[in-house]
Amino acid sequence: MNESLSLNARLYEQVALIRRTEEVIAEIYPSDKIKSPVHLAIGQEYICAAVIEHLKASDYACGTYRGHGVYLAKGGSLNSMMAELYGKSTGCAKGRAGSMHLVESQHGVIGMSAVVGTGIPVAVGYALAIKQKKTTDVVVVFMGDGATEEGCFSESINFAALHKLPILFVCENNQLAIHEPIDKRWATPHITQRVSTYGIPTKQFSKPDIFAIHEYVGEQIKQMRQGAGPCFIECFTHRWSEHVGPNEDYDQGYRSLEAAEPWRKNDVLITLGETLAPALRDSIDTKIETKIQEAVNFAEQSPFPDPKELYDYVYAK
Amino acid sequence: MSTPNSTRLLKYYEALNEGAAQAMSEDHRVFMMGLDVDDHKGIQGSTLGLVEKFGAERVFTTPLSEDAMTGVAIGAAMAGQRPIHVHIRMDFMMLCMNQLVNIAAKSHYMYGGTVQVPLVVRTMIGKSWGQGAQHSQGLHAMFAHVPGLKVVAPSNAHDAKGLTIQAVRDNNPVIIMEHRLLYSTESYVPEKPYVVEFGQSRVVEEGSDITIVAISNMVVEAIRAAELLSAQGISVEIIDPVTISPLDSATIEKSVDKTGKLLIVDNGWLNCGISAEISARVAESEIITRRVQVKRLGFAATTCPTTPTLENAFYPSPKSIAMAAMNLCNPQSSWEPNDAQCELAYQKQFKGPF
Repeated sequence: MNESLSLNARLYEQVALIRRTEEVIAEIYPSDKIKSPVHLAIGQEYICAAVIEHLKASDYACGTYRGHGVYLAKGGSLNSMMAELYGKSTGCAKGRAGSMHLVESQHGVIGMSAVVGTGIPVAVGYALAIKQKKTTDVVVVFMGDGATEEGCFSESINFAALHKLPILFVCENNQLAIHEPIDKRWATPHITQRVSTYGIPTKQFSKPDIFAIHEYVGEQIKQMRQGAGPCFIECFTHRWSEHVGPNEDYDQGYRSLEAAEPWRKNDVLITLGETLAPALRDSIDTKIETKIQEAVNFAEQSPFPDPKELYDYVYAK
Repeated sequence: MSTPNSTRLLKYYEALNEGAAQAMSEDHRVFMMGLDVDDHKGIQGSTLGLVEKFGAERVFTTPLSEDAMTGVAIGAAMAGQRPIHVHIRMDFMMLCMNQLVNIAAKSHYMYGGTVQVPLVVRTMIGKSWGQGAQHSQGLHAMFAHVPGLKVVAPSNAHDAKGLTIQAVRDNNPVIIMEHRLLYSTESYVPEKPYVVEFGQSRVVEEGSDITIVAISNMVVEAIRAAELLSAQGISVEIIDPVTISPLDSATIEKSVDKTGKLLIVDNGWLNCGISAEISARVAESEIITRRVQVKRLGFAATTCPTTPTLENAFYPSPKSIAMAAMNLCNPQSSWEPNDAQCELAYQKQFKGPF
């Protein structure tokens, strides 16, 4: 992250990097060079950008199988991520993870899981370790609305609240689990109200307001570092892409482009970009394109792992 | 080797307790969590006194949220701590399967060796006094099926302590499968910390006519059966694999190459179980040069009933083990140990030395 930039520019840089990276992934995908299913978060990038802007290098963030944004925002190497998607030995998990299990321990990126909700208690475990080590680090764990239906979601929030652990739960509510709308999955849609009964601060963001999220989270994390305990936020958002794969799927009949219009018209990439001087924006954009092209070249030129490595890492030494 | 005066007879639960206490003393990152670990009964004594010794930050109870609590333990382990997660019955671990199988077992591999999960899960099998369907299961084969997990089954106090310390020091997820009926059994246990290495089967008793491989408390039952068989002139070699995964089958194969007869007595079901795995390894063995006869005993292929008449028929016993062994050694024999002999055999216990 470039500290010399204004907040707007820093956030823009992050949102644009994630957006453009995923757009390039979508362009490459039909070539079959990417050896992994990809779950794109185009349209949702502003949430992780806003939240993670407050994290230090020693803090932790855990995303999901839709986790390119969390990985990049937390400082994960774009080269390593792209190589991982290509299945190359220079990938962040040496080709064992693909897109769904991104990890980068030295930047505090907790390994991500393809089983919905599964990363939530693991992230709480990191927060427990922080409390035991008596440092002021914090953990942020991201999840979709589907994860709130898993038992471990409620179990994790209860335990974190009970032990006042330094963790922020971020629910990116795009109202879809694969293709199923939330009203077919929840008796009532009041996720934030439910969580508030655990006695922790909660806040719902119904609009794509990156600054509102940034401001609230900043205050909460400050208090969390002083022992205030966990916090939960719910950000309504919209997934532009299909559940898995490089395309949009408004023509599939399970959702309409009309309903998506308010979200797509308020695209944070555009609204945030408009707050910047055009020259600054252009220079950020140019840098991002160079960086992505370098990552693609790096991935393409990197070797695949040797088949004789198959049994490496089954057990830790 | 320990000097004689540095060991003393200790009960299995005391050995578990001492192993955990010494592991916690030697490494401040070790902590213990699980429902009831800090209460007045202390998991049948196996955790008693630890909260007083190490404080509530290192020994604490949990909500009844086995799924999430397993994930919490895994996350803490990934972040550099060394948790011991305790379940008073193994049946409850069905609620932990997602975290154990999808995260604990896979993380080191899936994250390209950048993450380790030094997690210990202690869990206990129940038996008798109507433990029934959901307090009695030996589910070691389910866990042993998954690469990345280690599974150990101490059959005596010596191994209970040594395996606990080894499990805590290991950088992988390790499941320690204990047995309730072993909790009061005694053996010679060194006072100092020591480890029982994983992946080394133990020859508990040497013999020449038949090899009996027994798991968990079936080791004790096999020792009793060997006593009955010895009176009939049959010499039994008893092998305790100690570690279910990774399994040291070479020790078993060498023994079978000597005896030509193998009886496997599991503390679990036969279907797709560890007895099937051991049989397969014997069939594929490059060590064994002779024809081998194999027989397996284990839980009946039913749910465990509570009423004693059915429960007794559900489990292998010294009598059924002895008769199965006799049948392998001498198919013509109609020998059946009488009740008095079986009763006497129950006095027999293996206390070491190891």
